[in-house]
Amino acid sequence: MMSLLEVQEISKLFGGLTALSRVSFSLMPGEILGLIGPNGAGKTTLFNVVNGFYPPSKGEVLLKGEKISHLKPHQICKLGIARTFQVVRPLQRMTVLDNVIASSFLRAKNKAQAQEMALETIRFTGLYEDRNVLSKGLPLGKRKKLEITRALATRPEILLLDESFAGLNPSEQNDVMEIIRKVRASGITIMVIEHHMKVIMSISDRIVVLNYGEKIAEGTPKEIGNDPLVIEAYLGEAQNA
Amino acid sequence: MPLIVFAVLLILPQIGLSTYTLHILILVIMWSVIGMAWNLLGGFCGQVSFGHAAFFGVGAYTAGLLYYHFGVSSWWGLPASVLVLTILSLIIGYICLRLRGAYFALATLALGEVLRVTAENLVKFTQGDLGIMIKQRTWVEKTWYYYIILLIAAGTFFLVKKVIESKFGYYFVAIREDQDAAESLGIDTTRYKTIALCLSGILTGIAGAFYMNYMGYIDPVVVFPLYDISIVTVMVVMVGGVANYWGPTIGALIMVFLAEIIRSMPKIGAAHQTLFGILLILIIIFLPNGIAGDYRKLFRLFRSKGTSSSHLTKTS
Repeated sequence: MMSLLEVQEISKLFGGLTALSRVSFSLMPGEILGLIGPNGAGKTTLFNVVNGFYPPSKGEVLLKGEKISHLKPHQICKLGIARTFQVVRPLQRMTVLDNVIASSFLRAKNKAQAQEMALETIRFTGLYEDRNVLSKGLPLGKRKKLEITRALATRPEILLLDESFAGLNPSEQNDVMEIIRKVRASGITIMVIEHHMKVIMSISDRIVVLNYGEKIAEGTPKEIGNDPLVIEAYLGEAQNA
Repeated sequence: MPLIVFAVLLILPQIGLSTYTLHILILVIMWSVIGMAWNLLGGFCGQVSFGHAAFFGVGAYTAGLLYYHFGVSSWWGLPASVLVLTILSLIIGYICLRLRGAYFALATLALGEVLRVTAENLVKFTQGDLGIMIKQRTWVEKTWYYYIILLIAAGTFFLVKKVIESKFGYYFVAIREDQDAAESLGIDTTRYKTIALCLSGILTGIAGAFYMNYMGYIDPVVVFPLYDISIVTVMVVMVGGVANYWGPTIGALIMVFLAEIIRSMPKIGAAHQTLFGILLILIIIFLPNGIAGDYRKLFRLFRSKGTSSSHLTKTS
């Protein structure tokens, strides 16, 4: 099976700081790939490279075999990669619906169609009741959902989720998990950054682990859970317990 | 609502206004056009410009120079300024729109000044400080000028509303709220910011070209000033209401009348800039959405004052 997204030997330097160093992995169609690692491991930087905010210092990102690593974010979005932000960034002085309409225009021919697509997406993620609320006034749980809704409204093939669970209570976490499963069922491939181990272990098909900008492990959740390198990265060096 | 206002304004000159009143009304409407143009870029798209005098002045000079060099009617300046301002906006956009926030504002501020100094020094082309005078004005009467600027204003209002309610409007506001998020949602931010700048520049330029025709005389200090055009433009929109369809019109009404009243007062007249500054501070503190945006708050303020004062008179 051909991979959908190929990250090849990506390095990213900020001045003298190496944020990513020769990271490679591939994303298969239809899977949920988890991306984990301690704080500062380079997860969000990797998203920013894939999404086009940063050009990589070295290496290439390929989407279905085509180089995309020097395109702008809006072009990459048009090609089918949408993302959410770790720190939620709703368009504050716009209603929830307007937020989603704004991103629906990418694939809509006219305003009526954009509105229709937006409503459909909003129903899908369960924000319909809040559609007329200014997004500034939404509680965090709903803002996180809005991020996902907005990204989905661009009708992506690949969805990059940056800590969509952080700060949510257990019931909200279940909601978002439900949404992610539905998104996958609709045929969208997902890459997700998450700190919450329970969540990532239960939704991912495969997991890539970063530490200090390097890939230290890749495998199924079970393999990752038993990998000594991963345990060391998270818990410090193994003690003779 | 817009139609009612338009109809009232259409009838207004027929009821026998003095030439002076008509002149003030023409200025109000012209400023509302400039304000609406600024609002499109600054209010909706979030790109605050402190250099709209650049567009106004270039529009005015387009009309003036056509007359001066080619001897054609300066009214040709209106269509010609559309072309000239599009080119100018594209150049300015290419240079300035890569800057964000305060940096963009500063760049536009510099731009207005650069154009003023240029117009002052290209003596052969622009007559420098001598300015350009139209020897024979089209009409002595002001009524026709009034109708022309009213038509321009109505067109501007309609255009801004149409644009903001379309995909462009959504994109402009998205860029204002968060440029990076907008970019990652597939919006070509550079392109849409340039479109907003072009529209804003063109509309301001048309107002400038009208000004040349109406006043019959321009020089660099009159059409390119930082304070009297660029800053007043921002004030018109701030006072009236940012990102509000009616804001610039209400702001223009208040600012033009206020300027006239203050100027006619002895001694204080010279300090009108100071007074405007104080007004702006008060507006920002108490009515951050401008008079059109916060009019309910304003009513409440007056009502509570009214009741308390009647209470006072009773006890005394």
